[in-house]
Order: sequence, then C-alpha cells, then structure tokens
Amino acid sequence: MLKAAHKTGLVFFPAFDWAIDPTHPEREERLLYTQDQVTEEGIFDIEGIVELKPDLITHQDIQRTHICIPDEETITTESHLISAGGTVAIAKAVMEKRIKRGFALVRPPGHHAMRISHGGRGFCHINMEAIMVEYIRRHYDVKRVAIIDTDCHHGDGTNDIYWHDPDTLFISIHQDGRTLYPGSGFTGELGGPNALGSNLNIPLPPGTATEGYLYVLENTILPAIEAFKPDIIVNSAGQDNHYTDPLTNMKFCAQGYADLTRLLKPDIAVLEGGYAIEGALPYVNLGIILALAGLDYSRVVEPNYNPEKLKQAPHVTEKIKKTVNIINSYWANRHTMREASGKPGSMQERQREIYYDTDNILERQKETIRICRDCGGSFQVESTAMPGFRVMAVHIPQYACPICREKGYEMYENSPRNKYDKIILQDKSQDNYIVSPGN
Amino acid sequence: MIIGLDVGGTHTDAVLLTKQGLLRQIKVPTDRSNLFKTVLTGFNHLLQDIPIGSIKRVVISTTLTTNAIVQKQLNTVGIIVSSGPGIDPEWYRTDAHYHAVAGSIDHRGRERKPLDHKEILAIAKEMKEKDISIIGVIGKFSVRNPTHEIEIQNLLKDQFETIFLGHHVSGNLNFPRRISTVHLNASVYEMHRDFFHAVKNSLEQEGLKIPIQILKADGGTMNLESSMTFPGQTILSGPAASVMGSIAHAPEDMDAMVLDIGGTTTDIAILVDKVPLLEPLGIRRGKYKSLIRSLKTYSRGIGGDSRVRVERGKLRIGPDRLGPAMAFGGPGPTPTDALVFLKKMDTGDHLLAQKGIEAIAQELNISPEATAQAIFKKTCTMILDQARALVHRINTKPVYTVHEFLAGYAINPRQILLLGGPAPYFAEEIEAISGIPTKIIPESAVANAIGAALARTTCEVSLLADTEQGKAMSPEEDFTIKIPPTFSEEDAVETTHDLLRKKALKSGASTEDMAVEIIEYQKFNIVRNFSPRGKIFKVKMQVKPGLIKAYDAVCHHCTINPEI
Repeated sequence: MLKAAHKTGLVFFPAFDWAIDPTHPEREERLLYTQDQVTEEGIFDIEGIVELKPDLITHQDIQRTHICIPDEETITTESHLISAGGTVAIAKAVMEKRIKRGFALVRPPGHHAMRISHGGRGFCHINMEAIMVEYIRRHYDVKRVAIIDTDCHHGDGTNDIYWHDPDTLFISIHQDGRTLYPGSGFTGELGGPNALGSNLNIPLPPGTATEGYLYVLENTILPAIEAFKPDIIVNSAGQDNHYTDPLTNMKFCAQGYADLTRLLKPDIAVLEGGYAIEGALPYVNLGIILALAGLDYSRVVEPNYNPEKLKQAPHVTEKIKKTVNIINSYWANRHTMREASGKPGSMQERQREIYYDTDNILERQKETIRICRDCGGSFQVESTAMPGFRVMAVHIPQYACPICREKGYEMYENSPRNKYDKIILQDKSQDNYIVSPGN
Repeated sequence: MIIGLDVGGTHTDAVLLTKQGLLRQIKVPTDRSNLFKTVLTGFNHLLQDIPIGSIKRVVISTTLTTNAIVQKQLNTVGIIVSSGPGIDPEWYRTDAHYHAVAGSIDHRGRERKPLDHKEILAIAKEMKEKDISIIGVIGKFSVRNPTHEIEIQNLLKDQFETIFLGHHVSGNLNFPRRISTVHLNASVYEMHRDFFHAVKNSLEQEGLKIPIQILKADGGTMNLESSMTFPGQTILSGPAASVMGSIAHAPEDMDAMVLDIGGTTTDIAILVDKVPLLEPLGIRRGKYKSLIRSLKTYSRGIGGDSRVRVERGKLRIGPDRLGPAMAFGGPGPTPTDALVFLKKMDTGDHLLAQKGIEAIAQELNISPEATAQAIFKKTCTMILDQARALVHRINTKPVYTVHEFLAGYAINPRQILLLGGPAPYFAEEIEAISGIPTKIIPESAVANAIGAALARTTCEVSLLADTEQGKAMSPEEDFTIKIPPTFSEEDAVETTHDLLRKKALKSGASTEDMAVEIIEYQKFNIVRNFSPRGKIFKVKMQVKPGLIKAYDAVCHHCTINPEI
C-alpha cells in the first residue's frame, strides 16, 4: 500500500469564487485542473498525507509583516486572508509536529507584495510566506528562516520584506529581469547594509532547462542553506518555469520540479505563480506533492513532454555557470561585505520607485536605516503613492538591540505630523503596531 | 403493508408495518452459513395468516457482501486498468489477475494516448485460460471520457460473461477508489445475483408480485435490477438501517446525533434537519476506500460487551470484545456487568457480574460500587468522546470557495438519539455528561428493520458540461449530448434534474418520494490568452435519504402503542 515516507500536510484552497477580474490569469479556473488531477489520483487517501483546513488570519497577523496603506481592510479581500491562513495552518501543523512537511496550494499568490503595500502588484496584495514566517517567529521557537523562491518571476516582495533581516536567508531564482516582470533581482542585489549577503538573487537566462535549475540548486542554494543553518526551510513554489507557461520563457518540467523538491527538502512549500493551468499545473503540483511525501514520482510526466525539445543550449549553460560563480563569491565574502557596509551607529539612506502594475499606482520611497552589527537595525520609510497616500512608517525588528529600539521610537516621535496622512510604528520587538493620524 | 428485514451479523430483525403501525416484529438468529434460509424464515414468521397480496413493499438489508468480504469468499475476477501519467497503477493491484495497459485520457477528457488492442487481447487470452469469466475495466479520468473503457468492453464482450466498467460506479473522481469499487462489484456479483434470484423466486412462488427493494449504504433503496450493476452498494447497509430507523424521531430544523450502542461497537451518525449526512466520496473502512455512496457512520469499539481491564493502574475499556458479559456467562468483566452490579439492569446473573467487578476493584484498590460506577461513567464518556470526534472531523473538513469558507456551517447537535440493546441504561448518564437532551428511539430493538422498511429510493447524478468542447456528459448514466455555446446554468441544472428523475424511477422510486437537492454546483470561465473560450459547469444532484411519505402515521403509532 502507498504510504508517505514523511507525513505530509496539504492545504488546498483554490478559491473557486475569486478572481482579480474574469479574464485575468489569476482567476477561478486556475487550480481547477490541478484539483481534478490530485483528486483523481486519490492523493488524500494516501496514508501519511492529510488535508488541512486553512485558518483565517487577522489584521494583526498582517501587521507583523506589512504596513498596509490606507489599512488592511481596504487592500485585501477575504480570499487573501484565507490564502495566507492556509500557509499559517500548514506552518502550525509543522511546528506542532502534526506533520513533517506541508504544501499550501492556495491562491491568490503573494510574493510580489512588499512590506509597505498600497495595493496589488504582480497579482499580489499581501505576502503569504512572510505572514506565515512572522506568525511562527512570534508563536514558536523559530528565528533563522531560509526562504527559497523558485517562481520564475523575481520574488521582489519577499526580497523587500527581508532586505534588512540577517536572520532570513532569502534566495530567489528567476528569469533574468531584463526579459521579464518585475525587472529586478540582479546578482548585485544582496540585501541592506546590516544583512548583506543574506539576500541572494540568481537571474537565469531564458531557455534554462532542468539541468540548469538543478545545477544552481546543487552548487549555490544547497551549500548556502547548509552554511546558514536555518530552523526552517520555506519554498515559494511558483510553477511558471514550466515549458508551457504563457508568461515566461523557460524549459523546466514536472520531473524537474519534483527533483528540485526532493533535493531542497523544504519544510513548507507555498504555491506562487504558474499560469499553464492545464498542461503544467496538474502535473507539477502532483510531482511536488509526491516528492514532499517521499513517494515515487517517476511516472508524473506531461502528456506532451519531449526531452529533445527541452535541451538546454550550451550558451545558456555557460551563462548559468558564470552567474553561480558570481553568487558564490558574494556568499563567501558576505561577512567582509557587511563589515564594510557602513559605520555602526550611522544612518544610511536609499530612494526608489515602485510600480504597482495590478492597481496602477506609483510609489516613491525614501528609506533611512541605522547601521548596526547587533541586529537588523531600525529604519524609517517615507512613502508617497500616486494616486494614494503619503505616510511615514517606522520599523523596529523583532530581535532589535536596545539602541535600535530606542532609535525607532525616536524616529516615530520626531516625524513631523503635518507632513503625512499617517505615521505608523511597526514595533516587532513588542509585537506592537501603532497608527497615528497626520494632518 | 410493508415488510422490512435486516439480516445482521448475529440477529435478523423483521417487521411488518401497516398504515396503523407496527403489526409484527420478530428476531431470529442469523445462520451465517445459510443467509437464504434466514431470510425465508423471517418472511414465513411475518407472513403467517397474512394474505400476501396485501404486501405493497418489501425492503431487505443484508450482510451478504460484508460477510463474503470478511470470510474471503469473493469470486476471482480480472481487472484491466489504463492510467496514463501519475502514480504507478501497480500500487492498486488487486491480485494476480490485474493488468495495467497503455492508453491515457487527461483531466479534461481528451485522449492523450490510444489503447493498444493487441496488448488487451493478449491479456484477455491469459485471463480466459485461467477460467476468469467476469472482469472489470477502469480508466483514469474515465468519468471525463469513458470511450477507452467502452472500447475495451466492445473488444472483449464476446469473451467474458460480465464486464463492469469504472465510469458506471460514480461521477466522482478518484481512480484508486474506482478500481477497488469495480473490483468489489465484480467479485460479489455472482453471489449477490444467485442469492437474490433465489429469494425472489421463493417469494414469487408464495404469491408475492411486487418487486423487492434492497437497502444501500446510503440509507436509500434500489430495486433488484439496479443492484445487479452495482451489488457493492449493499455493503454496510446495516448501520444505515439503524440511522434510517431513528429519522422519524429526530427533531426538525436542528442537528441530532444518532448513537447505536451495540455489544461490540457504537455506530455514530449525524442528522441535519432529519436528513443523515453522507460521506463525500464513498465508504471508507480502515484501509478499504471506495466510491460507494454511504451515510457518514463512524464505528468505534465501545459497547455493552467491551472488554474491561486495568492497565498500569488505569481502567481500560474496549476496543475488543471477548464475549458476552460475565452476568450472561461471558469470560470477563464488561460495562454490562457494571450495569447488572449497580442494579440498573435487572437481568443476568448478579453474582457473576459481582465477581467480575470485584476483580477489577481489587486491582484499582477501590470499592466494587465505586468501580462499577467508574466503568459505567467511563463507557458513557468514551461514547460521547467518539461522537464529538466525529463532529469535529466534519466541522474541520476543508472547503474550496471563499463563500463556503465564510458561510461554514458547523454541526452542533442539540439532540441525542439512542438505539441498541444497552441504550436505555445509558440514556440518563449520557444526557447528564453531554448536557444534550437524550432520548431512546421507541422500538429500539427493531428500529433497523423499521428504517429499512420505510427508506425511500435514493440516487445521485453528476453532470459535467464544457461549452468549449461543446458537450455535456454524465458518464455513469451513459449520457453525452452536444451543447451549444449558449448552454446556461439553468440548462445544466435542468439536464441533471431530468437524468436524476429517470434514474430514480428506474431504480424503483415513486414520484411522491422524490426529495431532490443540488449537492454541488460550480461554474468556471475557460479563458485562454485573455479571451473567454467557454464555460465549465459541474452539477451534482441527489434524491436525499429519508422516509417514504406514509411514515408519519406508522411511526406515530409505533411510539404511542409499542405493544402491538
């Protein structure tokens, strides 16, 4: 009889009554065929595989991760709260050892949602993985987390949320930003001054095939995870690297996804993008589930799979090797880079623009962070959305040192009220979130 | 008049009901080696001095199939499966006569790989050489497109006596369960056919002209003809009979819990506004999982005869049964002995019960009175814990839409209905512990036979309409039609309703007892390259389990005049 080698939990929340709009790729139909395949295979009857019901997250759960403008209510729907709740349900089951591993097959996705969220970008409003990670950091004994984002688009939302967090190893592999939304995630994007090297971005050339993905996994990702020694490994399991995906240009396949999952051994996988809903998702999801459970997946092959057509061109292989070398040398030098990133106690500033394609908003940010060797560092962000609001947001990290905590309160209290619509303090050290009105 | 007959594992209960109430009830021991004789004995007792022409309905519930499985008296049958990509079908091997063949249908019912006729014919030859005359053919996604199964049937129909096809068992997806269900149907078919033909012939000889109805696991009935294509549905009809027997006494507009407390086990079921809850996919018992429509009943090893002992200083009860209570000549102490010792029950040998209780008391180092009380209370608590666990499992079942999630109906039983031999002795304590009003079903001892007698004919139909592919289909009904792009929600529901009506009438339903409901409805827009290409409708409807119209009067009379 079929029996999972690792007790595996699944949350399946296809949101069959929710869409961004009726013809949008992120629509009701997206997980329909996956559900059919998984049901027909009798997955939930396999001993050692259990189906869990999503929780419903609260606004406080969102506030541990995001600063939602104007507020949580306005930019989310119930579907977002259930989708994030699905990841939380899986995480709780893993932390309480009811399951060994879990996979949240939920929608809508979340990995393009940044810390400050004025609305939807890249089909995402709030970040499911980050909300889950912050939930377990608050409620369980977990500090060091590795998030491996294998969606074909740069996980810029998660990257932003953990940009200044030395306790989170965030690695994104994705199609080169010069050829695909959101146009970021280049090798030099390594994290903020207090967390340099704990963010690794690995752009892959169009045409990368299974061998390329597994090469990066074995030569960069797995060694980095081993050195980082995370308490937990999370996989943002986007499925749009598939050779039939309509939005991307890669040559990955169901067998490749299953191999990647088997080697990565994530404690928790969360579905992200993937829009080849008939030809890819049913097989890729099945492959991932079987691989997580430690079951044989050798017969999970797309009906139109043709290995000849999915060979990786030599110049692609060359390019990937070069990228891996660059990343590995950054990783090796991460401590030195962090030492050289600025004088402890001084303030560092960056300015940037963020475009919300889903909701057509342009946001300007000015961020100021305290350079610190003892924690992630408190920072303030002045954010102006057009159309939208102008706010000042101050963040104090969960494991903040006493000086940074004090500095955070200073930033919050010294913000000129008349300049902003709202002033927000996200004090994670006290699990506190304060909004005060501006002018 | 109506006859209801429930052949149980140890006893066979039979009732004769008139419009005025319960006219006769009998209980005879079940002869497991000759169920046919048991059934006829039951009938003969009931029908003494009754003109057979006045019998308008006969419903039989038997353990025939269950027995055959337990005693491993199943026919050897051949199984051919065609799976395509996914989990290796080798995992679902039934026995040596199981063959996986080429061919593949995908999740939308498109052929991805054709069948290989040569391969299939070679397998057929091998099976023929082993004297196999009945086979089952099951394809992955055959409920999306049954053509491969039908193609194999056409190829082999002259070589085998009977061929069972996977898409006939259910509209539900689940390939492994489809295999096990077809295998069960095929392997009990001959036994089922011979048994019921014998019963039918005997009754006909005595002058019975009306068709026999058979009780199914979902608490509904089907006629003999329908049972021949799906004999597996008779499995576990016993627990269903008891649940049906409690319905008349269930409250309206609220949830109720049915506890059938037997000697070995307690069967638990849930009623919502007098309608029993069904398993979403089909019967599952331990490792056995099927697509057989079934009431959600939960059977646990705690009952009047459960084994009582002390382990590591703690009182333990069940899940096994060594035999009857010591008070009735059994080998060891049981909850029933506690009842006898406490004089709650005035039958049985008090001295023997005392002996059993004292042995436990010594180990626990407390008085026999306290011991008996502890056993009694613990039994009630354990029964309630199991019932609560079932409610919890139902309430934590995942749903797949935002609407269902937020609307999430939670079961909250506000009435407990007790059945079974020891039930009367437990009622008060169960009410006290649970805080839920508890009542004993009148005629509790034959409630199962009454339930069988009064159960209406049920069935279920699924429709899948895909306007992009221009077809609507219900494979289990052998139904496929072409549909226009304008095919609407109303069309889908109407088509399903027509199919359900026809199926119900064919299975022996009467029009006045057709309580129809939609149990699943989903609609999807098919979009490719940002433009709408069509719609998918999924509709599932059922005739829900319940009692035939005449029941009101009958049960009313059962209640006020139990001595008839």
